[in-house]
Amino acid sequence: MVILETKELTYRYGVGTPLEQVAVDNVSISIRRGEFLGVIGHTGSGKSTLIQQLNGLMRPTSGQVLLNGNDIWAEPKKIRAVRFQVGLVFQYPEYQLFEETVFRDICFGPRNMGLSEEEIKERALGAAEFVGLRPELLEKSPFELSGGEKRRAAIAGVVAMDPEVLILDEPAAGLDPQGRDQLLDQIRSYHQKRGNTVLLVSHSMEDIARVADRALVMNRGKAAMLDTVQQVFSRRSELEHMGLRVPQITKIMSLLRAKGYPVSEGALTVDEALRDLLPLLRKRGCVR
Amino acid sequence: MEYLKAEHVSFFYDAAEEGEQAQQVLRDVSMEIGKGEFVALLGHNGSGKSTMAKHFNAMLLPSGGRVYVDKMDTMDENLKYEIRRRVGLVLQNPDNQLVASIVEEDVAFGPENLGVPPAEIRRRVDAALETVGMSEYASHSAHKLSGGQKQRVAIAGIIAMEPDCIVLDEPTAMLDPRGRTEVMETIRRLNREHGITVVLITHYMDEAVQADRVIVMDSGEILLEGAPREVFSHVELLRQHSLDVPQATELLYRLGKAGCTVPEGVLNEEECVAALELLLNE
Repeated sequence: MVILETKELTYRYGVGTPLEQVAVDNVSISIRRGEFLGVIGHTGSGKSTLIQQLNGLMRPTSGQVLLNGNDIWAEPKKIRAVRFQVGLVFQYPEYQLFEETVFRDICFGPRNMGLSEEEIKERALGAAEFVGLRPELLEKSPFELSGGEKRRAAIAGVVAMDPEVLILDEPAAGLDPQGRDQLLDQIRSYHQKRGNTVLLVSHSMEDIARVADRALVMNRGKAAMLDTVQQVFSRRSELEHMGLRVPQITKIMSLLRAKGYPVSEGALTVDEALRDLLPLLRKRGCVR
Repeated sequence: MEYLKAEHVSFFYDAAEEGEQAQQVLRDVSMEIGKGEFVALLGHNGSGKSTMAKHFNAMLLPSGGRVYVDKMDTMDENLKYEIRRRVGLVLQNPDNQLVASIVEEDVAFGPENLGVPPAEIRRRVDAALETVGMSEYASHSAHKLSGGQKQRVAIAGIIAMEPDCIVLDEPTAMLDPRGRTEVMETIRRLNREHGITVVLITHYMDEAVQADRVIVMDSGEILLEGAPREVFSHVELLRQHSLDVPQATELLYRLGKAGCTVPEGVLNEEECVAALELLLNE
């Protein structure tokens, strides 16, 4: 079932000026309820402009965004409600922490929704747990936290609004491998437990391969591909043409296949590659 | 001949509040980096790699031990200016490093402060922008550039001061893949064509494999050190310390565990495919 849909969505910057530029160009896509969708594309591919229209932060130049079948701009006065249903976590969200304590910061979103104090507290605590923030950190100032903890606190603030669709723009940018893996695992388990829809924007194909079910590839303002991650990654040469890189393991297996070896296209992890390789090697007697 | 030298360096960050313990970030670290060498310092957050790097231009001074830059002791206050002139530092966020609104003015900022004569500044700015491939943007406004372009301008600003050595602290962490490639190409060119000593702090192993030598830091100590091939052959140890290993290396490592005869320390796709072909045709 479709939760979020765009119809001929177009966004132009600087309309009527010599600098007019199409950032999102006639994009029609359907996002399924409960899916984990990876969004890939270069800086300037239009992915950020696209996601900011999905929660009504930017108003399309033409075309529509439908949430549960309804045009989100049908009644512009109700756009605030859309932003509660489609939660957006910006890049480097930790720069937006501002409250005296972590807990108050996480409460900010739910408080704006006009919930009761009890409900606000419950949601904030739940959100903190979802993103793996230890309870003793909640009464600290956001500025006393480490980079990774701040990032989690900022994400918790959006999670606490309990959005139907959670969009994260480069949530792991700038984290080290350990912090990145922990955060992605946390988002993945949040998605599994809550069963809501998650969109994750990333430059890293490895990250997308790790967590997403399907992937949307944006290129020059257009939706170039929307398919299972495996299908998308099996189109290696097209992706490379767009200046995107597939994970190293995907490339290795694709090169082997091109040389005529019977391995499948679109391996995403070392485990998947081994699943193809070990039987072949066993036949040749070089694996126990 | 060594250019940078750390001798039994330890470093403590002062306790934030009374009663708290000072935090030890470096523990008896010794390393030497040769003139013209390209060394990658790898490790995760809190490993001490950035703290170590900041010792190399006297941004930080050791709590114990000594750091020498071109034989000059960084503890000697009188030498600080000379040391900073020789070792330039490039940081993670390009937006925090640009000081002027026009690209060439930004690049001129360093040499101007060094009191370089105007004609010489002109020459250096042009040469620096040429080196980082940004000549055509000389009169553009800096804030409109992409992240990778901004970072290359920041690097140009450093090389216009004609340092012997550049220390880069996660210069690509905030860039997209295209920006990362641009910056890495620039760094390699500085090292190979201009003989500049490079110390690259990173947690991307695909960047570390491009260096002559990799030093892996963990908990304020050196965990591993050697040529990239050597270092990345320690798959198990690196993983125990939550560090990434190239997928090509990991695949062959695991085939080796399964009983195949595989070469050690394979780093890239082509080598991996060649090794797999050998196995499959055995």
